[in-house]
Amino acid sequence: MERREFLKLSGALALGAAAAGCSPKKAAKAPATEEGPGEMIYRENPVNGDRVSLIGFGCMRWPMIPGPDGDQVIDQEAVNEMVDYAIAHGINYFDTSPAYLMGQSEKAAGIALSRHPRESYYIATKLSNFGPHDRESSIAMYRASFEQLKTDYFDYYLLHAIGRGGVEAYRDRYVDNGMIDFLLAEKAAGRIRNLGFSFHGAQHEFDALIGLHDSDEMHWDFCQIEMNYIDWKHADGVRNVNADYLYAELDKRGIPIVIMEPLLGGRLANVPESISAQLRQREPDSSAASWAFRFCGTYPRVLCILSGMTNMDVLTENVKTFSHFRPLTEEELEFMERMAVQYKEFPLVNCTDCKYCMPCPWGIDIPGIFKHYNSAVTEGSYAQSREQKDYEKLKRAYLVSYDRAIPTLRQADHCIGCGECLSHCPQSIPIPDELHRIDRYVEKLRQDLL
Amino acid sequence: MLKKLRITFAVFFWLGITLLLLDFTGVLHLWLGWMAKIQFLPAVMAANVGIIVLLVLLTLVFGRVYCSVICPLGVFQDGVAALHHRPRKHKRPYHYKKENKWLRYGIWALFVILLLVGLQALAAILAPYSAWGRIVQNLFQPVALWLNNWFAGMAERAGSYAFYEHVVWLRSPPTLIVAATTLVLVIVLAWRGGRDYCNNICPVGTTLGFLSRFAMFRPMINKDKCKNCKACEHACKASCIDLGTHSIDHSRCVTCFNCLDTCRFGALKYRFAWKNAKAEPATPDDGRRAFLTGTALVIGAAAVKAQEKKTDGGFAPIKDKTIPEREVPVTPPGSKSIKDFYRRCTACQLCVAQCPNNVLRPSDNLDRFMQPEMSFERGYCRPECTRCSEICPSGAIRPITREEKTRYHVGIASINRELCVAEKGTSCGNCARHCPVGAITMVETEGGLSVPTVDPAFCIGCGACENLCPVRPISAITVNGRYDHLSD
Repeated sequence: MERREFLKLSGALALGAAAAGCSPKKAAKAPATEEGPGEMIYRENPVNGDRVSLIGFGCMRWPMIPGPDGDQVIDQEAVNEMVDYAIAHGINYFDTSPAYLMGQSEKAAGIALSRHPRESYYIATKLSNFGPHDRESSIAMYRASFEQLKTDYFDYYLLHAIGRGGVEAYRDRYVDNGMIDFLLAEKAAGRIRNLGFSFHGAQHEFDALIGLHDSDEMHWDFCQIEMNYIDWKHADGVRNVNADYLYAELDKRGIPIVIMEPLLGGRLANVPESISAQLRQREPDSSAASWAFRFCGTYPRVLCILSGMTNMDVLTENVKTFSHFRPLTEEELEFMERMAVQYKEFPLVNCTDCKYCMPCPWGIDIPGIFKHYNSAVTEGSYAQSREQKDYEKLKRAYLVSYDRAIPTLRQADHCIGCGECLSHCPQSIPIPDELHRIDRYVEKLRQDLL
Repeated sequence: MLKKLRITFAVFFWLGITLLLLDFTGVLHLWLGWMAKIQFLPAVMAANVGIIVLLVLLTLVFGRVYCSVICPLGVFQDGVAALHHRPRKHKRPYHYKKENKWLRYGIWALFVILLLVGLQALAAILAPYSAWGRIVQNLFQPVALWLNNWFAGMAERAGSYAFYEHVVWLRSPPTLIVAATTLVLVIVLAWRGGRDYCNNICPVGTTLGFLSRFAMFRPMINKDKCKNCKACEHACKASCIDLGTHSIDHSRCVTCFNCLDTCRFGALKYRFAWKNAKAEPATPDDGRRAFLTGTALVIGAAAVKAQEKKTDGGFAPIKDKTIPEREVPVTPPGSKSIKDFYRRCTACQLCVAQCPNNVLRPSDNLDRFMQPEMSFERGYCRPECTRCSEICPSGAIRPITREEKTRYHVGIASINRELCVAEKGTSCGNCARHCPVGAITMVETEGGLSVPTVDPAFCIGCGACENLCPVRPISAITVNGRYDHLSD
């Protein structure tokens, strides 16, 4: 948007903004995005002095293309290009897992990273033993990661997604099979520099895990949590704990924090127009994503914020954000909290497109359906009532785009509600219920019952 | 002048009906639906007295205008013949032929018998409008759909919703073969002999021929002015002008007016014939106007294959559904009973062409060959759709409203408990969740499972349960037809 156009808009918005308790004057002197290359911001790991870029490269959302036998494979060329750019611009933390991208992520990361000196970046990967988790297969998975990533040590190694099921689940996957002792030995041998865990779950489950740290049963070098301005105070109720609690607990113990889902799978890069207008009113040229990143980076115990960057556009924009990093002020944090409250008003599905639920045994494209629905809600382009202006147009747009996005046989009406997906969802989304909700909505559209 | 008028109307009707048969958007029938309803045989089947009287009167007054203007197959043949006899290419394309009475009336008698004994399916093979319907639906609609899908691809790239993709699939190979054979036969006959099909085979042509003998207006030869140049005879694609006797067989004349323009001596006039009069001939045919490039399209369409979207590597594969055994066929809501439906249906494929849910397809069963039936591998009879009932020209599917739809119990769902996943302990209930009339209830078994049960009193046979059943290739819940659709 041109500056002049923006000024007009901000004038129009001024009334609304005044009501929201923010002075219109501020809008006028909101700083434009900085020019020039800037410099990547780094955080120091107080435990070992690692100098980590505040933004880390999440390797879970790389672009996929059809491979020689029709399967989806990672676009290695694009990955190489992005990794080169990232390293050239100071990003030095790369987070992957043997489970990501149908198991292809580590290998692609290994290919791209091994073209650079090993000491110029930190590698984080995980023991993703969700399936068989006996000692042998867990160790096999651990060893395979070295090969895939073409390295002989991991800077950061995580017990992947523990929390759900509490300490019992943790003991089952890591203690009873002797893996924790094995990993500690590996750490002593220098093949793991930092041992931590990534967490999804409820407050009591986190308390139990951090309790191990307090009782010296287990020392956590770092912890990876989901944090963003929505989850700060508005995580989804009972099954997921608010990030402000997690942050405070970890901060208290001096444990460095790595952030995942700072944008909720990209949803916070593309927020509903009413919210995005308020963001732009404050800073005409700052993206919604940059606000979300700055929110996380404002908290000093945060070591690194992971972003699953899918293409060069996203990467270059993020590099810009972190090369001119400005923490939020107290007032701005309050503003983001107001935005979070507004955001929660929208009937969105809390899906971050991580695809842990896939493949659905019945062939449903779960994340695809949620993504399509969420984008329609976010864009405000979904029909809500037959009385609505443009109802016919919106209805057609929704139904046609739905068929385009999801093959008919993979749509929500084929979800039988078997619940296989439930235990896989880090967000604890009641997936069948949400699919059925969307199915009912589509049915109402088709039958004109809205 | 009359010829131009005839051609104008013919093109109008032909385009209208063909577009109606090609249309898959469900918009055109609002404007063009009537064109199917004024077709002769469908009107007879629908016992649509108004239309029949109108067509009879039309023929009694003007002759077989129906054949040269309203009948799409007739117009198509004129197009083929015109393509062959482009102006000045053939000086004498046609000659007088004697009426082949045995063939003509023999087929007509056979046709009537077939109708009377209830073998509509066989009779329908001969019916001209239905034949055209089959040809367009089977051979041309796929081409239209592919074209649409190409546009849809472009639209998708442009982020527009103007076009969207439709699945192209082969509904019935035998029907495709019949349609292709009919098309080839009609093209060959028209290429070689003009209206040979209409005057030897077509039962509607023969029927109207009984009337057109006595038409109020007919082309008449004035013997006195006629110089016996035979121009008119050579121009007559019905081969019904005999200059030996200066007579015209009006039962075979399709009132195309080609002869009138050819007579340089003013011996031929289309005029009031109920008081005695005479008439006569002229010069070569300048039949023009090519209607379409039939053959090219046939070749293209012969390769009809089911085109489906590909699945991604990260997804569980989904097997195609196959058609379950149905003791009684399922016919669309709006059909009163199986009997009534098959008695009236002329197998024109208009409903098949229009069905937006990929439910209707022509039957391969010889009893009801090419007449439509429902099946639910690709979709189900959606509660908000009444399109087939709106367009059916023969009254086989009577017009119903959305609300009336639930009054028609066209089938009953039954459950194969050996296949049902709920019986094996998987939480499902997708059939119950999607039954539009609430006929399926999940009940607790003694073993604590929640399994579906069907209340036959409520089931309307729409096939939602069968279509959405997760069990493949044969669904665990399938619909069987009912004989009588309105009894509760």
